[in-house]
Amino acid sequence: MKYLLFVCLPASDEDTRPGKGTTVRLRPPDDATTVRVRGDEVLLSDGPFTGGEEYVAAVDLVEAGDLDEAIALAAQHSALVGGGPVEVRPVWE
Amino acid sequence: MNGISGAGGVEAAVAAAFREEWGQILATLIRVTGDWDLAQECAQDAFAQALDRWRRDGVPRRPGAWLTTTARNRALDLLRREAVGAEKLREVAVSARNEPSYDVEGHDSGVEDDRLRLIFTCCHPALPIEARVALTLRTLAGLTTPEIAHAFLVPEATMAQRLVRAKRKIRNAGIPYRVPPAHLLPERTTCVLGVLYLLFNEGYAATSGADRVRADLCAEAIRLARVLARLMPDEPEVLGLLALLLLHDARRATRVDAAGDPVSLEDQDRTAWNRAEAEEGAALLETTLRRGRPGPYQIQAAIAACHTTAPTAADTDWADIAGLYGELERFVPSAVIRLNRAFAVGMAEGPEAGLALVAGLEREGELADYHLLPATRADLLRRAGRQGEAAEAYERALELVENDAERRFLERRLAECRSA
Repeated sequence: MKYLLFVCLPASDEDTRPGKGTTVRLRPPDDATTVRVRGDEVLLSDGPFTGGEEYVAAVDLVEAGDLDEAIALAAQHSALVGGGPVEVRPVWE
Repeated sequence: MNGISGAGGVEAAVAAAFREEWGQILATLIRVTGDWDLAQECAQDAFAQALDRWRRDGVPRRPGAWLTTTARNRALDLLRREAVGAEKLREVAVSARNEPSYDVEGHDSGVEDDRLRLIFTCCHPALPIEARVALTLRTLAGLTTPEIAHAFLVPEATMAQRLVRAKRKIRNAGIPYRVPPAHLLPERTTCVLGVLYLLFNEGYAATSGADRVRADLCAEAIRLARVLARLMPDEPEVLGLLALLLLHDARRATRVDAAGDPVSLEDQDRTAWNRAEAEEGAALLETTLRRGRPGPYQIQAAIAACHTTAPTAADTDWADIAGLYGELERFVPSAVIRLNRAFAVGMAEGPEAGLALVAGLEREGELADYHLLPATRADLLRRAGRQGEAAEAYERALELVENDAERRFLERRLAECRSA
């Protein structure tokens, strides 16, 4: 199965690890633009779509046999970012 | 075929098979079909067929094997009819051929493993705790959705939704149907034990006769703990949990009075305790502790055994209990456990020694809103003959208590202190 791991960090921290393997490291949320469509209009706002205490610092699309394997990969990510949360989401296939 | 042929006999045989075999049959069907809903449907169907067929042909020598084979054939039928993937069909058919043990000697280890797979999957920590409990009752214990809803005091639709979501997550998120590998086993076993303990406590909290369905949860928890103990005989904590549940359950009938109010351990009628359960629990605990691998459930069982095996309240070995709470705290550090230890020390060495420890907990502040902190202090003060101070502490406890029955208990104690 495929899972997408969302590696999160506290808003105050910066992700300094290099992206490696399948990990896609994202530039900081300050550089984000959020897009919404209302009718015919494209609305933009500065910053990430989620406000709050954490932001998605990196995503990793992984192949795993089952959820337990995906959890083990997520745990490695979490340990690397000092225990930050990692959301594990199965991918529609 | 055995000799049972009367209609009542057949019904009783089907009911007995349901109690004994449901979890096993469902667990096997889930493994071979990989489809929880299909498995459930086919297992139910097999029981329905059993009523007719056993009346006509007699009850088979091994009802479980008959039911499993019938359910599996039904699954094959349904899969053929729906013309689902030929792949799946082959898997089910092959697995049917490769398990001759069903039709020869019933419970071989591979088959027993199915139930273990099911328990671990239902109790997977990626599922919300309420879903773990509900799914365990629905699949392993064979309770109906309305029964589970009633037991947990939620609307039927809510419970149905909870079960649907849990099964969907198992499928979509890829929660594996297996006994976890060695490196995950200790942690996951703790999860399973937690679910069974919660199940038991839910039933234990039920007080009145109207709560019969809830009270039955105790029996279900013990039954499942027995199954688990049979399947994992080398895990001391599994046996420790079973011992703990038996020792608690032995006192269940006397925990509350006719009005549903709690009765303190000292005042419980010990002659009404279930001796057989108490002895079984104590004996099980003793053999388990000899393995020298203690854990929180074994220690809690040892504490329960100190109470349950004391012939009178005055015979309770409080020094032993205080030591055990100290031990327990090493495994699960918690202020509540320290409070229990303080009370035990007070009973063993005199109220003043206990009060000194309670004062320490008050300074820590962690239990500031917990009614049992002032209630424990009040009880120790009462025993020290300091009724005036005890009354004040009871008043403080009454400000914090939420449960009505406990409130009445504290009010009675307060009145006693004031009139002394």
